[in-house]
Amino acid sequence: MNDMIEIRWHGRGGQGAKTASLLLADAAFNTGKYIQGFPEYGPERMGAPITAYNRISNTPIRIHSNIYDPDYVVVVDDTLLGVVDVTAGLKPDGAIVINTTKDIDYLRKVLKGYTGGIYTIDARKVSMETLGKYFPNTPMLAAIVKVANIMEEDDFLKDMEGSFKHKFAKKPEVIDGNMQALKVALKEVKKLA
Amino acid sequence: MGIRERLSGNEAAATAMKQINPDVVAAFPITPSTEIPQYFSTFVANGTVDTEFVAVESEHSAMSACVGAEAAGARAMTATSANGLSFMWEMIYIASSLRLPIVMSLVNRAVSGPLNIHCDHSDAMGVRDSGWIMLFSETNQEAYDNLIMAHRIAENKDVLLPLMVCQDGFITSHSIENIELIEDDKVKEFVGTYKPEHYLLNDKEPISIGPMDVQAYLFEHKHEQAEAMRNTKKVILEVAKDFEKMTGRKYELFEKYKTEDADIVVVCMNSTAGTSKVVVDKLREQGIKAGLLKVRVFRPFPVDEIAEALGNAKAIAVLDKADSLNGAGGALFTDVTSAMYVNKKQVPTVSYIYGIGGRDTTEKEIDSVYADLQEIVKDGRVENPYRYLGLKEEK
Repeated sequence: MNDMIEIRWHGRGGQGAKTASLLLADAAFNTGKYIQGFPEYGPERMGAPITAYNRISNTPIRIHSNIYDPDYVVVVDDTLLGVVDVTAGLKPDGAIVINTTKDIDYLRKVLKGYTGGIYTIDARKVSMETLGKYFPNTPMLAAIVKVANIMEEDDFLKDMEGSFKHKFAKKPEVIDGNMQALKVALKEVKKLA
Repeated sequence: MGIRERLSGNEAAATAMKQINPDVVAAFPITPSTEIPQYFSTFVANGTVDTEFVAVESEHSAMSACVGAEAAGARAMTATSANGLSFMWEMIYIASSLRLPIVMSLVNRAVSGPLNIHCDHSDAMGVRDSGWIMLFSETNQEAYDNLIMAHRIAENKDVLLPLMVCQDGFITSHSIENIELIEDDKVKEFVGTYKPEHYLLNDKEPISIGPMDVQAYLFEHKHEQAEAMRNTKKVILEVAKDFEKMTGRKYELFEKYKTEDADIVVVCMNSTAGTSKVVVDKLREQGIKAGLLKVRVFRPFPVDEIAEALGNAKAIAVLDKADSLNGAGGALFTDVTSAMYVNKKQVPTVSYIYGIGGRDTTEKEIDSVYADLQEIVKDGRVENPYRYLGLKEEK
């Protein structure tokens, strides 16, 4: 891993991109890293495009601005492709992880010739199968952890179990489904290019 | 040796308040500081603190309740932002002129209008002459540390002035970052018990507070307030020494980042200082003698110390995250140039208004400021000292 990796999340209000960025910060923090997790607050509405950010580093992070040249981009909703410039500034030696079932020809077209890694996962299918509802952020969290090689899978799963127990203290019935969503997503994320 | 944690700036402020466990907290929610009273009210409900939480109907009442509590002899705290602070304005002056060491967490946000909930320093700049001590914080860590030090400064007998700890709305208030917390018992011992000398609930010394102050007295009372503000610098440094002994973290009136031999220096406050340090390091790698002066103590303004620290620079840029709309630069710029003039230091200095209403400030923009300063160093001339950074070009 480079000294600092920068990740930009694109989602729509209500899909949990912000929560996923905070959970990712949590997980990386627990492996001893320095972290930042912050959303870009705008006029938030359900369904409107939103952006969130992560920085993960081995040394203290001092910069306090948005991320313009990310190492990785996560797209939580593929209807944003072609609407939001998701590959803006994305480093060619980095990668983009998209929740989609679209094929590589379509993706190449909407990603404006991005030459770095293109990964996809059908987070809807994973979510419906494991949670019975559409919460794409849990599978996408696992996908980026795997693609960016942020931590060992076992450490990640153990850590997330702790986070979910805390986060869902009042509805423990959803913990197993979320853990299952992470496990399936770690296997399902595929490299297309 | 400290507790490794990750908290947002608002969580950090609420945690400091929890550890301080003041007698009274009175607050009204306003973005982006809402979470502070929200978290704190949870601590109250859970019995983690034994604070009397006063859920008021407005910020004017929040500050009024703090004034009443502090005058009665209690330790009082509050938190607010932007228009909330504007609504407190009348009571802000009452608090300082009655010499009540109330402590506030101010999460900086643009004062409307038009409506904008994002960060700039126009709220803080609106009360810069109100007689409050003002500390600025680059990170969640500094927002926390400054709050832990706040009561020791404000309640000192040579000071007795209210104090606000500022941090950048959203940029630090809503960003989760690493932080090192201090153990509860250590904070308790460091902050100590509040023992006011004169207070309303002392039946052995019946007094009144805030009565009519006519022509014969107000001038002298204002002078005493000014003297107290002057005394504050010494107290801030004493408290910082004790704090360093406890935590190893060193605080001064301002932070000098590679300024010792610097030719070109940027002066700014809060989170932009972090981004500027990254730029300074990159310029230093290229052999460019760049430095940063981060103002921590804005009130009282360390005039002589700042002039001393900047006196050998060849060009200075002062970054203000609020426009004073005076046609002559921001408040920090005016204070810095005044400090330099009074101390007979002649260094070309330019003002940049930046980051208004949450406009993001990038490494590239800070880099362009240092490039501008290099140009100024070449012939020592400043064409236009009143500049803007990150403003969209006219089309």
